[in-house]
Amino acid sequence: MEFIYYFGDVFTPMSFMLLLGGTIGGLILGATPGLSPTMAVALLIPFTFQLEAAQGLILLGAAYTSTVAGGAVSAILLKIPGAPANIATTLDGHTMAKKGEGARALQLSFLASAVGGIFGVLLLIFLTPVLAQWALAFGPSHLFWLAILGVTVIGTLDSASVVKGLLSGCIGLWLATIGFDDIMGAQRFIFHPALGGGINIIAALIGLFAIPQVLTMFAKGRHNTGAEVIEVQRHSIMAAFKELFSRTRALSIGTLTGSIIGLIPGVGGQIAGLVAYDQAKKFSPEKDKFGTGHSEGVIAAESANNAMVGPSLVPLLTLSIPGSPTAAVLLGGLLIHGIFPGSDLFDNHPDVAWTFINSMLIGQVLMCIFGLYVAGLAARVAQVPQSVMAAIVLALSVFGAYSVQGSMGDVYVMACLGIGMFFLERFGFSAAPLVLGLILGPIAEANFIQGGMIADATVGKASYFMTGGLNLFLIAVVLASIAYSVWMELRSRRYTTKEEAQA
Amino acid sequence: MNRSQHVFGSGLVFAVGLWVAWVSYTQQPAEAFLFPRLIATVFVVLAGWTFGKAVMGLSKVGNGVTRTMFVNMLPGLTITLIYVFWAAKTLGFYTATTIAFFILLSIYDPAPHNEVKTWIKRGIITAVFVAVMYGLFAMLLNVYTPREILF
Repeated sequence: MEFIYYFGDVFTPMSFMLLLGGTIGGLILGATPGLSPTMAVALLIPFTFQLEAAQGLILLGAAYTSTVAGGAVSAILLKIPGAPANIATTLDGHTMAKKGEGARALQLSFLASAVGGIFGVLLLIFLTPVLAQWALAFGPSHLFWLAILGVTVIGTLDSASVVKGLLSGCIGLWLATIGFDDIMGAQRFIFHPALGGGINIIAALIGLFAIPQVLTMFAKGRHNTGAEVIEVQRHSIMAAFKELFSRTRALSIGTLTGSIIGLIPGVGGQIAGLVAYDQAKKFSPEKDKFGTGHSEGVIAAESANNAMVGPSLVPLLTLSIPGSPTAAVLLGGLLIHGIFPGSDLFDNHPDVAWTFINSMLIGQVLMCIFGLYVAGLAARVAQVPQSVMAAIVLALSVFGAYSVQGSMGDVYVMACLGIGMFFLERFGFSAAPLVLGLILGPIAEANFIQGGMIADATVGKASYFMTGGLNLFLIAVVLASIAYSVWMELRSRRYTTKEEAQA
Repeated sequence: MNRSQHVFGSGLVFAVGLWVAWVSYTQQPAEAFLFPRLIATVFVVLAGWTFGKAVMGLSKVGNGVTRTMFVNMLPGLTITLIYVFWAAKTLGFYTATTIAFFILLSIYDPAPHNEVKTWIKRGIITAVFVAVMYGLFAMLLNVYTPREILF
């Protein structure tokens, strides 16, 4: 119950203002198609340099929470999901809006998001300290395998091709080795002076998540969103409350599904929303109404994608393994303040850890309140031409990358990685495992070297890294995640081939 | 996506993998390259597999870059490259941002190009945006960006 002591810190004027700003800004950014939650959080990191660690994290956490919920606005009013997490919301939400029930759909969406989100953060509050203490038992070999696990799980589950996902992770691990070696001081892969200090994580994150989006917007040409905002009629909030709690089956399915999926590294909000929607449909006596503007569809999808947010941070805060690309960006936000997640965070910086987590709890309530008022404005912002968005994101990326260390080298690295990532994505590679490799590379290498030294003095490298219960368990999970993804890929290919043959 | 694009993309990644492996296994001190060697080995195997599949025409994942996409993107990409690698440092961040933002807006804005009103609108959006950027970065965050020959 330690978290209760730090509730007051969320309500200091500066912290609360940042929470409010992050929530409202996140709602608007989330509603804008093409601006993903990960990119929004990455672009915000430079604004946290001048803030205290807890305040910086409050801003990033608020933006993360509300961008996921904000995506429902454009999904319902424009039929364009603001983020992949909101795809399932369009199925019933937009149909409700077309029937003149837009306000009802939005109210149910934000209320369900808040219920799911609060449950997810409570899970984060109660699971994290226990797991952080458990993580104290981890030695270098376990931390090495955990880092590898982080890269392989996201590489295999987040990519359409297992091999390309793992290859993206390898590219990220290699990029992390560029610069001077920590132990011998040797130069590694420095083929340009801008790389002398290695690749700055924040500049890389901005480039890898923002620049491909900018180029994708350019690639659409002189394109209008073409979507008309559906006018919203008034609807009683109390009626929405009553309806939400009369649909407890959909709400609990969404909340539980989202929370469980959030705990699995690499799975993400898109899967959470779609799985919850599918399960709510299966268990509903009114399954025929799904897809025709049924409120249970909106409730299940939105409670799931916000319930996923809190648990997705559990692996990050306990084991330093980001469970999602956005969690990886948040890790970057922690590292720039010299704070390392895990037991160190809860033992030496409990104020930072608990203020951040508490702010996410308060943020869910603020997101619900302001979501209902900001929805109309957010839908208008979502209609802003993509040319304006692309130019804004490009300029923010350049200024953001420069402000990390006041170096043009970081701007060049940001641009090169971003342009390269755009083409790699077009060839089937994925940014998430590459980012995870870049972030977890130094952790993996430091523990590989440290473990190697211990092994040389004791049992030898092979025994040290490949034996012991926990090592074997982690290796088994790495192999299982790869095997599962290969099986899924082969199965989907078989179905595709059958469909092609029938066609 | 056509086969040649798959071959080109995966071939480039394979070439980088081979270079990483060559550097890792030839540079000294060997201890500093222990971890890169481990990565390079996996990198080359996976990149070789991907390249082999592409050559045999078995690569399916990835949409590639269509001609229309590339043509649409080319002006924006060119301006981005000039802005990042030359103008920002030479002209100054705010001047370069103003010019790049206005040009990008003019090229990609779906509003008609033959109306004075739309040009005024683009000018106002650019001015407001650069003012906000100046307020945020120069005044609020105290980031001193290169000012160089202009501003």
